[in-house]
Amino acid sequence: MIKFLLMVNKQGQTRLSRYYEQVELGKRASLEADVVRGCLARRKEECSFVEFKDYKLVYRQYAALFIVVGITENENELSIYELVHNFVEVLDKYFSRVIMFSLDKVHIILDEMILNGHIVETNKTRILAPLLALDKMAES
Amino acid sequence: MRMPAPIRLRELIRTIRTARTQAEEREMIQKECAAIRSSFREEDNTYRCRNVAKLLYMHMLGYPAHFGQLECLKLIASQKFTDKRIGYLGAMLLLDERQDVHLLMTNCIKNDLNHSTQYVQGLALCTLGCMGSSEMCRDLAGEVEKLLKTSNSYLRKKAALCAVHVIRKVPELMEMFLPATKNLLSEKNHGVLHTSVVLLTEMCERSPDMLSHFRKLVPQLVRILKNLIMSGYSPEHDVSGISDPFLQVRILRLLRILGKGDDDSSEAMNDILAQVATNTETSKNVGNAILYETVLTIMDIKSESGLRVLAINILGRFLLNNDKNIRYVALTSLLKTVQTDHNAVQRHRSTIVDCLKDLDVSIKRRAMELSFALVNGNNIRGMMKELLYFLDSCDPDFKADCASGIFLAAEKYAPSKRWHIDTIMRVLTTAGSYVRDDSVPNLIQLITNSVEMHAYTVQRLYKALLDDISQQPLVQVASWCIGEYGDLLVSGQCEEEEPIQVSEDEVLDVLEGLLVSNLSTPVTRGYSLTAIMKLSTRFSSLNRIKKVVSIYGSSIDVELQQRAVEYNALFKKYDHMRPALLERMPIMEKTATNGPSETVQTNGETDSTILDTKHLPSISQPASQANDLLDLLGGNDVVPIIQTTVPTKPASAGGELLDLLGDLSLTGGPTPTPASSVPMSQPPFLLDGLTSQPLFNDIAAVIPPMTAYNKNGLIIEFTFERSNPNPNIAVITIHATNSTEADMTEFVFQAAVPKTFQLQLLSPSSNVVPAFNQGSVTQVIRVLNPQKVRCYCEPRTHSASYRSRSSEISPFVLKHLQKSDECLSGAKLNIAKLKLRAASH
Repeated sequence: MIKFLLMVNKQGQTRLSRYYEQVELGKRASLEADVVRGCLARRKEECSFVEFKDYKLVYRQYAALFIVVGITENENELSIYELVHNFVEVLDKYFSRVIMFSLDKVHIILDEMILNGHIVETNKTRILAPLLALDKMAES
Repeated sequence: MRMPAPIRLRELIRTIRTARTQAEEREMIQKECAAIRSSFREEDNTYRCRNVAKLLYMHMLGYPAHFGQLECLKLIASQKFTDKRIGYLGAMLLLDERQDVHLLMTNCIKNDLNHSTQYVQGLALCTLGCMGSSEMCRDLAGEVEKLLKTSNSYLRKKAALCAVHVIRKVPELMEMFLPATKNLLSEKNHGVLHTSVVLLTEMCERSPDMLSHFRKLVPQLVRILKNLIMSGYSPEHDVSGISDPFLQVRILRLLRILGKGDDDSSEAMNDILAQVATNTETSKNVGNAILYETVLTIMDIKSESGLRVLAINILGRFLLNNDKNIRYVALTSLLKTVQTDHNAVQRHRSTIVDCLKDLDVSIKRRAMELSFALVNGNNIRGMMKELLYFLDSCDPDFKADCASGIFLAAEKYAPSKRWHIDTIMRVLTTAGSYVRDDSVPNLIQLITNSVEMHAYTVQRLYKALLDDISQQPLVQVASWCIGEYGDLLVSGQCEEEEPIQVSEDEVLDVLEGLLVSNLSTPVTRGYSLTAIMKLSTRFSSLNRIKKVVSIYGSSIDVELQQRAVEYNALFKKYDHMRPALLERMPIMEKTATNGPSETVQTNGETDSTILDTKHLPSISQPASQANDLLDLLGGNDVVPIIQTTVPTKPASAGGELLDLLGDLSLTGGPTPTPASSVPMSQPPFLLDGLTSQPLFNDIAAVIPPMTAYNKNGLIIEFTFERSNPNPNIAVITIHATNSTEADMTEFVFQAAVPKTFQLQLLSPSSNVVPAFNQGSVTQVIRVLNPQKVRCYCEPRTHSASYRSRSSEISPFVLKHLQKSDECLSGAKLNIAKLKLRAASH
């Protein structure tokens, strides 16, 4: 299962964080700092999977943004790697440009895709459907 | 006065982004927090949503946001969808089980689960599935179950995952969801399929009963998977040309769990697995993800061997892939399967070895572990070359593991002793400081046991020392060997390679250099001091050695000081014992043959002292010659024996009697003797043992006299005392008295002792034991028992010519001599024969 999902920029600042497993609020900051350190230090030739404490990290870089997913031992890393890409594609489809200003909407999208650490939906249209409905309601 | 409308979230984010320092950011946040707090106090419904959104953002940045929790609840209770949305989000992010506030949500969630709008229901399911506590789950499980059966696919998929959470929190409720799962798999909607598979997986993992129950779903799953592969392009689910790879992966995982350990299920899936393995496109990462999952499944279930080979070949292909992620994944899987499918993995050995040179750290580590698993007798030479090269160039974190692995592999598969020693030398010189501490005694033992390589080994180690004295394990092993085999080094006897010309002084220079160097640890210094001491019996430059030893008698290091002082004493008082003590080590036996980790430690010495409880054969090794006595004597105790040279026959009058031991059946055949050999290179222990309290205790224990023989009127008594100056020697005085009427003439007392004893019989006072106890014959026997050996005493009387007395063999056992110090514990003399001749008048 997925333990957490983070979006961090190159300077190490967290842009989005979602935890699917209870982590104390105080510990989150240090966890994020460690994770970010681990991923930012990786060179280009190194693979996208990092062994971190007793679980694994899958990270992917998109321009200035890093998306890091923490997964348990038994999860298929390549599959999660694809999931990250899928997520980015969905974001891309909905937000034409910079996404970080509507954090709540990103959370909504994420909730449609991942629930309780497992994948719910991967079809872009279906993920965005409630959001589009919400938008329509807000307009009216 | 009305407050200005609170700013929107995006304004806040923009503002905070402009902050240049942490302090500036904190200031902004605090200002905003204050504004939000006052807004909450005003109970303003309009802007609550906005405020909570901002609060969530600030919470994400790490600032405290607990005052917003109650506000989230108010938002959830609101009727507006936008409010509910933020409210639930806030609940998921800010609340967890530990806050009591969350219980207040239960009612809201219950209502929302039955709401008319599916999106609201979806929200409720999502939140419940994320952070519902056990109480909440118990209360609301019924609702979730109802939603699991609905035809609305949007809700159904969420309900399935919510059910997973409920089961995790309250395992007893699992049964409740069973009926709903009946037709989950007949859904067309992939989202529902996906989450249903997750739900089924969770149930199977938790309960073996469920597992057997769900096995009947295997055909259905196989069908679904087949459809996914065979169906053409479907724009809905397409990812890089493959139809819903996420679902495929999930199904494969469920198949793995269902097929594990079950023949029928495994057989049912064989075909589909082969199909997936061969048909999937490998050019994109997606295809490889599916193949990876397939391989894992094939390995776990009871697949036929053809399929397994196919799987391993897929992994082999992965290894050649340019994408490092794929290589990493392949190495991980190969590591899991190398035990079971060893031969198949061997075929890819060269590729794996190439991965040792990869740039990625995790790939290198995997490749190293895999390489060690693949080493066998056939490929040891080639593999070792690669591994040694790897050891040279790898990161320091790896070196310790790599060195240990190399030692293990070399030990198991070394083609020749020379090769083994060379490999060890190579490891010590390249990664000497990373070698684990326990390798040092193992190496020493290995070197000792390769008798023919001693000269070569010591020469190479000496040369290595000349180059570099910073690597402690190397230095320790080298100084031990030089101490042991220094004579071979100086005499230039090496056969394997060109012997070097080394003088005694040069060797001592090196060893002394170790003593004074700052690089040497205290342990190393101990080793070199002992080595120097040992050379005193091998080299001729005694004065130099004596000087060194006496200097360190006042060293600050307590360990060194003690050693030096005791060595000094060896020189002064116990010089006659020195050659015996410092003699060449015998071959050490291991207690177990499976690896060097079985050696037993005693005394906290870094040398290994091995307690060998096996019965040593009396032929092959010099060690066992000294144990023949145990053969005879059959002691039952395991007494640590200090190994010394096997002494020659005791120079005594009774010497020839040793031969007589041959026809004595003392204890009825060789009993299995617990032979203990404790080879040591540290005389401090030795001397400790020998002299119990250190050398300065001259108080000898008093041993009570005993009657050795009392028969037919002849009484022989032993009295004991310790000799000064050497308390190790027991002086036994025999008093023979005769209570018969006739004198006993030609009385000769003879004694035979086991080989490790030294015996000296002084001349008796007379040959005739007068009758009627009128006098006695006394004789002094001096016995040295350097080994703390118990032995039986068996006197025999043999009367050759005396007619009226028959010859009897009357064995009896002397009570063991009482010693209060450990010096001579349980030494019982073995008296072979007593010749009695009574004159017949």
